[in-house]
Amino acid sequence: MNYKMIRRFIAQILAVSAVFMIPAWLISWSCGEEASADAFVQTMLLIGVISGGLAFLCKGASRVFHAREGMVCVGICWIVLSLTGCLPFYLSGEYPSYIDAFFEIVSGFTTTGATTLSDVEVLPKGIIYWRCFSQWLGGMGVLVLLLAIIPSTGGNGYTMHLLRAESPGPDVGKIVPRMKKTAVILYVLYVVLTIINMLFLVVGKMPLFEALCTAFSTAGTGGFSIKNDSMAGYSPYLRNVTTVFMALFGVNFSCYYLLLIGQFRSVFKDEELRLYLGLIFGSILLITLNIRGLYDSLWDALHHAAFQVSSIITSTCYATTNYDLWPSFAKTILMCLMVTGACAGSTGGGFKCIRILLLVKGIRRNTRQVISPQYVKVIRNNGRAINEQVVTNTFAYFAAYVMLMIVSILLISIDGYSFGTNFSAVLASMNNMGPGIEAVGPTCNFSGYSAFSKLVLAFDMLAGRLELFPIFVLFSRDMWRRR
Amino acid sequence: MNIIITGDGRVGTTLARGLLLEGHDVTLIDSSETLQDSTTQEYDVLIVKGNCAAMDTLLDAGVKDADLLVAATGKDEINLLCCTTAHGINPNLHTIARIRNPEYTNQIYALRHVFGLSMVVNPERQAATEIDRLLKYPGFLRRETFAKGKAEIVELRIDGKCKLCNVSMTALNNVIGCKVLVCGVLRNGRAIAPTGQFTLREGDRIFVTAPTENLTKLLKSMGIITRRARRVMLCGGDRISVYLTQMLEKDGIEVTLIEQDEEKCKLLSAALPRAHVLHGDATDQALLESNGISTCDALVALTGLDELNMIISLYGQTSGVPHVITKLGRIENRRLVDTLSLGSVVAPKDLCCNAIIRYVRAMHNQTGAAISVHSIAEDQMEAVEFLVGEQTLHCDTPLKHITLKPNVLIASITHGAHMEIPAGNSRFTKGDTLVVVTNGRGLLQQLNDIFA
Repeated sequence: MNYKMIRRFIAQILAVSAVFMIPAWLISWSCGEEASADAFVQTMLLIGVISGGLAFLCKGASRVFHAREGMVCVGICWIVLSLTGCLPFYLSGEYPSYIDAFFEIVSGFTTTGATTLSDVEVLPKGIIYWRCFSQWLGGMGVLVLLLAIIPSTGGNGYTMHLLRAESPGPDVGKIVPRMKKTAVILYVLYVVLTIINMLFLVVGKMPLFEALCTAFSTAGTGGFSIKNDSMAGYSPYLRNVTTVFMALFGVNFSCYYLLLIGQFRSVFKDEELRLYLGLIFGSILLITLNIRGLYDSLWDALHHAAFQVSSIITSTCYATTNYDLWPSFAKTILMCLMVTGACAGSTGGGFKCIRILLLVKGIRRNTRQVISPQYVKVIRNNGRAINEQVVTNTFAYFAAYVMLMIVSILLISIDGYSFGTNFSAVLASMNNMGPGIEAVGPTCNFSGYSAFSKLVLAFDMLAGRLELFPIFVLFSRDMWRRR
Repeated sequence: MNIIITGDGRVGTTLARGLLLEGHDVTLIDSSETLQDSTTQEYDVLIVKGNCAAMDTLLDAGVKDADLLVAATGKDEINLLCCTTAHGINPNLHTIARIRNPEYTNQIYALRHVFGLSMVVNPERQAATEIDRLLKYPGFLRRETFAKGKAEIVELRIDGKCKLCNVSMTALNNVIGCKVLVCGVLRNGRAIAPTGQFTLREGDRIFVTAPTENLTKLLKSMGIITRRARRVMLCGGDRISVYLTQMLEKDGIEVTLIEQDEEKCKLLSAALPRAHVLHGDATDQALLESNGISTCDALVALTGLDELNMIISLYGQTSGVPHVITKLGRIENRRLVDTLSLGSVVAPKDLCCNAIIRYVRAMHNQTGAAISVHSIAEDQMEAVEFLVGEQTLHCDTPLKHITLKPNVLIASITHGAHMEIPAGNSRFTKGDTLVVVTNGRGLLQQLNDIFA
């Protein structure tokens, strides 16, 4: 294990996070929020010391960097980042305990959007900004950002392991030959889309600061909002803009790149994109029909259904209405969308449409193999044969996913909430959604859970965001055994 | 003509024999010594030893004076290099390359001038096309295609139950309900060019020209019920199966493929997502039974071994599969096969050789006026395809005003995508394709030869 290299990455990540705290500190300072401004300064100083220390300890690091280093590096980076990123929350005194602050920042970085606060409007501006920005940073991934900004390291392929471990999807690939260029392209697309989103919001008369925070939150498909009633207080125009942009951020970013270079055909033929759009439109239709009695007009029902579907399938989970009051059928559709999630390579969470496709194809194959044992089938996606290993991994992922879910539900059920609450809380955490139903529904929050349960849920969020294995390997004895 | 053939494989020798019969001088190039000896003993050909893609060898074989080079070794790349090199030495040389890898298909057609190719033959693809055509119209004994597949001459047998029995030529179109033209009749082993009063009898084999889309109608009126094949089982997963599966699936036919090699199965499955690929031994009767051989409309034996194919076909016949097709690699086995009832037999190498011989005949007919020459009616008649060019006489004149030589019949006129059965007011213009049927061989050298 190349500890020096990992230390170096952690040092770099921490430094990057400290740099990103500067705008938050400036906002706090200019608004005269002394406590939070001090909290940011203290945190930045502390990060500076740790980062400098680590950088000192990693002198002469060798470039040997394998898949296991990549996995461990991503897992540790995210945990360290969360441990230090939550300090402004805690030090400013806005959060009652360090655990609450940790839960909040993990929820931010993993783009979950679950909160323990019942009143977010009283928070200092700087803290609000840092909350929303954490989601933007976590959406595309901090290590991908690091890859995009650190100088290219020559011919080394090690950076691929980082992208693989951090980016969502069963089969992550580059879109251009160079890793660094791939990371740059992804981030440029991400920044441009975020800015366009913000402009649309500003045009709809949303104040600039709110537009910035909302755009960050939407882009990361996180769901932290600056209002207690989430998006419900905004005009229908702003909500419709958000509906569209949430859905857009749930699309695989390589699709946008293909559109830019004019390969429209391969985008329209993309099976995952088709499934994703099909799920969105189908669900909107079914839910609109199911809830039309609850609203004044069909148009109103459609508006809310579209917002909620787009918000849930991308795991953003803003709320415009309390969907906990919707009929059971509509609510169940939303729960299903929670699991399917968005496309691979997007900022959205969940199980990912591509994996659903692979599972369905795999199950179909196995069914036919039961009927005729000699049947041979290679699973294909977009006309290309999928490596058998990827299919096996997808099934393993599904099994691990379900097991983690069951264990988590068991652990948090100690707190005595109903099964529905616990189930939806775990589901919402693992899929980086945010609110669930019943006691953790869209109008409630996670503050009622014990510190232990919050840690379990924070773990679920990290595991869900990094797609289980980068977190699981940290607990594997083989990983730490010296070679 | 002087013809050089490279590749002393089975295609090479079969082709040499065919071309010798046609009266050409053949030179064979091959690198293996043992094969050369046996070939010299059997055929009257010159043999040059060496690498056929090397310039020295080609010069030794007399490429400078040759008219045609056929590159038929087992390797596509060598065939291509051979043709390109030879064409570079002698720009007047016609070249034919055997290219089998489907990955090369597109570039070969797009860049044939770069490679210096006159023609590309693909035995597997030809065999697949042939099987596909047989499966779609099981009633035909043979089908000859002209004008890039838009016109056909089909061979049919008139039996007692047939509606066409005892029908005269003038009444024929009314009985069938669409326009067809009988361009030849084979009665008691003798070819006859039918006139208006000629009446069809039981036992006649007729040669009919019709647009491809009218073939179904023709079969219906013959009383042959063409139940469209819906499920076809293919045994063996070589290239020919891939081509055939693609062709069949285009028409919505369900294909089951059986292949013995597991890795090959995976490749097949990846290339043919809709096919039902099975890993197993095609001679295993339990496997065939459990995968519904008895409900299949057709069984095609395509493995690499003739013995295996024959056993599979025999089994298919006994389990009552309506249509069985056997692929044979060794043409010598054909006699033997005729004594068994194996259904239709397809020999890819035969088909390939025929295609090349047709090309040679057309070439021999000079000036390139005849695009292709097909022998029909047990070689007693010839169907020749011509392109109407600048020098063609009687362009745009109605046919009733043109006098043709005796025993010559214009069987079809193809304008662009449309094929027409000629009538008194039909005319042809520059760019059209004509199919002319004549008694006897080698009578027509150029299109203008048909006019009296």
